[in-house]
Amino acid sequence: MAILDVRNLTVDFNLDDGGTLRAVDDSSFTIERGEVMGLVGESGSGKSVTALAIMRLLDSQADITAGQILFDGEDLAAKSEAEMRAIRGRRISMVFQEPMTSLNPAYTVGDQVSEVFRAHFDMGFGESKQRAIEMFERVKIPQPKDTYGKFPHEFSGGMRQRVMIAIALACGPDLLIADEPTTALDVTIQAQVLSVIQDLQRDMGLALLFISHDLEVVAQLCDKVAVMYGARIMEVSESTELFSSPRHPYTDGLLRSIPRRGQPLTPIAGTIFDLRSPPDGCRFHPRCPYAEDRCRREMPELRVVEPVAASTDPGSSGDSGGTGDRRQAACHFPLTGAGAKA
Amino acid sequence: MSETVAVRASEQPPSAFAAAWHMLRDVVVSDRKAKIGASLLVFLVIVAIIGPYIAPHDVELPNTDIRLTGPTLSNIMGTDHIGRDLFSRIISGLTISLMVATGAVVIAVVIGVPIGAFAGYQGGWVDSVIMRIMDAIIAMPGRLLAIALVAAIGPSVGALWFAISFGSVPRYARLIRGGVLAQREREYVEAARAIGESPGSTLFRYVLPNAMAPVLVQITLNFPSAITAEASLSFLGLGLVPPTISWGQMLSAAQPYLEVAPWLAIFPGLALTALIMGFVLLGDALRDHLDPRSHGRRRAKKKDSA
Repeated sequence: MAILDVRNLTVDFNLDDGGTLRAVDDSSFTIERGEVMGLVGESGSGKSVTALAIMRLLDSQADITAGQILFDGEDLAAKSEAEMRAIRGRRISMVFQEPMTSLNPAYTVGDQVSEVFRAHFDMGFGESKQRAIEMFERVKIPQPKDTYGKFPHEFSGGMRQRVMIAIALACGPDLLIADEPTTALDVTIQAQVLSVIQDLQRDMGLALLFISHDLEVVAQLCDKVAVMYGARIMEVSESTELFSSPRHPYTDGLLRSIPRRGQPLTPIAGTIFDLRSPPDGCRFHPRCPYAEDRCRREMPELRVVEPVAASTDPGSSGDSGGTGDRRQAACHFPLTGAGAKA
Repeated sequence: MSETVAVRASEQPPSAFAAAWHMLRDVVVSDRKAKIGASLLVFLVIVAIIGPYIAPHDVELPNTDIRLTGPTLSNIMGTDHIGRDLFSRIISGLTISLMVATGAVVIAVVIGVPIGAFAGYQGGWVDSVIMRIMDAIIAMPGRLLAIALVAAIGPSVGALWFAISFGSVPRYARLIRGGVLAQREREYVEAARAIGESPGSTLFRYVLPNAMAPVLVQITLNFPSAITAEASLSFLGLGLVPPTISWGQMLSAAQPYLEVAPWLAIFPGLALTALIMGFVLLGDALRDHLDPRSHGRRRAKKKDSA
């Protein structure tokens, strides 16, 4: 059974002017135990809201209006706040984007890590300190003992993000949600932090939901990728297949807009629509080069798409049964080759 | 050295005032004004504590042989109209003045901070109702309010505490509410919820410690006003009455003798000034430290003079 099974998740924001904004619309995906899933999309596509909905940390203006969030078989959307408190930090953890501001400036980093143990286990100061120092070692912080008594402002962004990871993984959760954990870091530090996440994910058999708009990082880290656009999931696929042969025109556009040496940059034409007034039919049709009449009228559901002919991707043809199930796209006319249309 | 500090920090849970205390320490170390203010205060507090043991004369014992004498070697600040030693009485008045002011400030903080924190954290109509009540209290002139309260309760230290703190409760409530509103949206507060912290520990561990710094400034500015409030109430005969010694009362008693024995008014006045000065200097330095714009001003001033 999947550790996380999100079914038809819908999140609405009640705006101050009385209107509503659908930030996540009918989204479904699953994450198996020990699996790394990437969630990509541009700013405002609903990635972070999806993460906060799973944690049930949405602000008071936002509501989960439909769908289920099955975590280990139990629906998180139906849990009480007290039940969620026992799950957060213990079974599902989250690492945020901004390491510079995500730590409490009033306490030492050691105290903040050991606090997680004290919050979730009946543990004294001595033991929780010991465990915190062990966590510092696991996230490869040099001199973990000295680190314990230091305050957040004494650390660089990369070190703070390691502390955040130590806090998130302290209780050995089943699922880690990382919301753009390396976006605020420079490239070399980003690589170090990613390798810490990757090592711990493997060691602990952790399921990871990795939210990012950096496609290269996602390609390197993730087993599976879901692509979001305008509050909806457009495509779900094994990550190798997604990058070699995107089935949704939006994914294709995203991949083409990655800068490559010697090749002209091909951005996706147009801009993202206003979420308060989404277009009829397929959300992507105003920007889609292949849009037809049906796309303008009818919203495509996320559905399993037939595998492309074996010749295009010999690597995946061996287990087409397994992967075929997992290739889903919300498009009336999914692409069949590298950018070519059926 | 750093080893012992780290161990100590880990053994006991850090208090909610830790952040404010760190700031106080930083400011006293780095700012000259704060250094002078803090030294003055430390000196006066020590004098107040050991006062009864260092006072050269009995504060109540009259000596009609030396009525209204100016400063001499044995009575360094002179004597009053029935020959009591002014210096000993001023030391005693210092103890009372600090006691009344400290009590009033502590009460105001202990009541005002939770009210403001609750209002800010709760939000919505609860917040509106509480803060409108606070606005109503703040709209009344503080001194007048204190006079009315003391007149109603009768003069005693407890009544002064209540009367003086009553008007400053809303100031703390407002300050901490603003801080809580600002802190509530911070990432580390969200991160606290993400590790499964309860609303209570989120408030006490994450929100309040980071909202305490302005309260510290308010405390140092609240002290002078509490001290003058006590002095003026006692001056008017509404505060402390004999045999309790108060500077305000001494100033009031000095009035008939201003022409023949001006030291009777000068020395209590100077003592009052010194005490208030200490708090104002420290409070000013703290406020400068908290106001990022004033850092720029100071730097600019230094550049100009260079």
